[in-house]
Amino acid sequence: MIELTDIRKAFNQGRENEFHALGGIDLQLPAQRVTALRGPSGSGKTTLLSIIGCLSRPTSGRVRLKGQDISGLPERFLTDIRRQTFGFVFQQFNLIKGLSALENVMLPAYPLGGDWRELHEKAQRLLGDLRLSHRREARVEWLSGGEQQRVAIARALINDPEIIIADEPTANLDTALSMEFMAILEKLSASGKTVILTSHDPLVVDSSIVHQVVDMRDGRVVRQDTTRNTMESPA
Amino acid sequence: MNAWIAKQQYLIDFTLSSLARRKAKNLGLLIVYTLIVFLLASVMLFTHALRHEAAHVLDGAPEVVLQRMVAGRHDLIPPGYLERLGRIRGVQNKEGRLWGYYYDPVVKANYTFMVPNREPVPAGTLVVGAALAKARGLAVGNVISFRSYSGKLFGFSVARILSPDTELVSADLVLLNEGDFRNFFEIAPGYFTDIALSVANPQEVRNVATKLAQQFPDSRPILRDEILRTYESIFNWREGIVLALASLAILAFAIFAWEKASGLSAEEKREIGILKAIGWETGDVIKMKFWEGALVSLAAFVFGYVLAYLHVFHTSAMLFTPVLKGWAVLYPHFDLPPVIDGFQVATLFFFTVFPYAAATLVPIWRAAITDPDSVMR
Amino acid sequence: MSVARPSHLLLIAVFFAAGIFIATFADAAWLRHQRGSATEQNRALVTQLQLTDLCLFTEARYTRHLSQADLHSAFQDHPLGLEKFPTGSLVAPPAHLIAAHERLDRQAAIPD
Repeated sequence: MIELTDIRKAFNQGRENEFHALGGIDLQLPAQRVTALRGPSGSGKTTLLSIIGCLSRPTSGRVRLKGQDISGLPERFLTDIRRQTFGFVFQQFNLIKGLSALENVMLPAYPLGGDWRELHEKAQRLLGDLRLSHRREARVEWLSGGEQQRVAIARALINDPEIIIADEPTANLDTALSMEFMAILEKLSASGKTVILTSHDPLVVDSSIVHQVVDMRDGRVVRQDTTRNTMESPA
Repeated sequence: MNAWIAKQQYLIDFTLSSLARRKAKNLGLLIVYTLIVFLLASVMLFTHALRHEAAHVLDGAPEVVLQRMVAGRHDLIPPGYLERLGRIRGVQNKEGRLWGYYYDPVVKANYTFMVPNREPVPAGTLVVGAALAKARGLAVGNVISFRSYSGKLFGFSVARILSPDTELVSADLVLLNEGDFRNFFEIAPGYFTDIALSVANPQEVRNVATKLAQQFPDSRPILRDEILRTYESIFNWREGIVLALASLAILAFAIFAWEKASGLSAEEKREIGILKAIGWETGDVIKMKFWEGALVSLAAFVFGYVLAYLHVFHTSAMLFTPVLKGWAVLYPHFDLPPVIDGFQVATLFFFTVFPYAAATLVPIWRAAITDPDSVMR
Repeated sequence: MSVARPSHLLLIAVFFAAGIFIATFADAAWLRHQRGSATEQNRALVTQLQLTDLCLFTEARYTRHLSQADLHSAFQDHPLGLEKFPTGSLVAPPAHLIAAHERLDRQAAIPD
């Protein structure tokens, strides 16, 4: 599904504070699996995640998505791929304050210009699936942390992406809500979505739902465990 | 095409929801903006209609007025001038006019005393302008006295009050009999204030004026064209009141555009990052902001213009009256027939809508080209 | 389910705004017709009395009869001189002039 070859990322290149976040990453991320990037803060896992999700480009190296090299594409095409292929759940949820839950869910579909009624119904259905129907007209800042995350998940799913990207999904949740998130994750995985997430929460990375754990430190992969749960994997 | 419309509709949805979040701020902004358009549009509509009215009304003025100058000041026409005029070709009709000013200490107003040549007023009576009649509380049949400049008291009875519809030209007029006028101002027979000439052929007016200037070197011919030109340029952008208003409006607008252009809040920048991260293109963000600028400025333009229209033509430019009155006591009440110059409206539209739209777009342009991964950091 | 989309409300607002904008032009045409007679009366009076100026300002002779002003009176020093606005309109007449008039008013009994 996604192949990374010798990915390097440097910030502030050529300046005094030049800093290499990633130093040569080779990684294979199979389709319809749940992959967790694990590592301490500063290990480069979020940087890697943003490169995988086409949010940023590597300084060098290749990213292949379904066999197509996308690392050299101009921004317009990257945006298009990002919109069609990826759904994002950010650590801070990154919902647009002041808008209703429903509007937030619909936002990624706006630039596509599809039928409004269909979109509206789909967003309602997604919110319903995540048990948020009663909160759909509420402004997002009035929602609890768990509710906000569910809105963020619904938003990630609105364009039917193949791949869900989640950055530290349980960092702002207590145990009960984290468990709930894992249950949602399991459903998504069962429905055939590829999930890539970062976490150092044992509740996530040690869970049986995660098929593959990639350990990172100082911008490099230190261990890759691809053998877990192969029995449960649908592939 | 349909997809394009659907997309713009979505962008407008977002813009409106996002404007609705800061109701007080955006409403305040809209009100200030509307006020600026209102002021500019009021000045524009009022001055244009007034100029148009002046051009039409004063088209009936005498073709040439001959004024005698003594030491740079307007002086009386001495006897004999009228007779000498007869020899100028092209002059169809010539009349000596008698008019002057009178300060009435009772209401502290200036009146224009005038002798009508065509429909003489009977001796001992007056025909007065409607504004004057109101200021002095006069009705037909009332007796009014004026103390002349020589100290003598003259009593007149009011024979008629001019129609209030004509206040624009007659508010301060006092029409009286020639004999009364000469007695009151002590002007000997044969003397006139100036001479009004009518010239049948419009092509001849300049020739007549040249001959007048040659024949009467101490006099100055004032052509009707000059009168019309005077009123054509009244309240143009150079004149103080318009300049003051326009510069205020431009200043307010500059402050307001600068506030917009000087940068986005961290909150807005974060939102742009989020939109880009979830799949909006830079172009989508810019289009969305374009709609914001366009909608706000269009709304301000329409509200401002319509309010200005109502102000100028349905309240007789109520807000300008105190300014135009100045220190005068008598001011005409007049309802201008609305004459709207489409080109002027288009200019106003251009100069109010486009700068604002640009002011909203420029900072967005800078923010929208930031990397979408900023939200992950 | 509410389908009150903001852009739909906007469309209604746009139609409404366009409507009142156009209405001002229709109203203008109607008012022009209504007020035409006053304009004609004014014009007739101008012709009859041989008037040369609008009675917009009565405070000074060079603004009352704008087109008849002396060559050397106030803002006629230069055709584009702005004298009348900065001073004539923003500064009141000198107090001693008004005071002189007021004293005279009180001394002379005003009949009527």
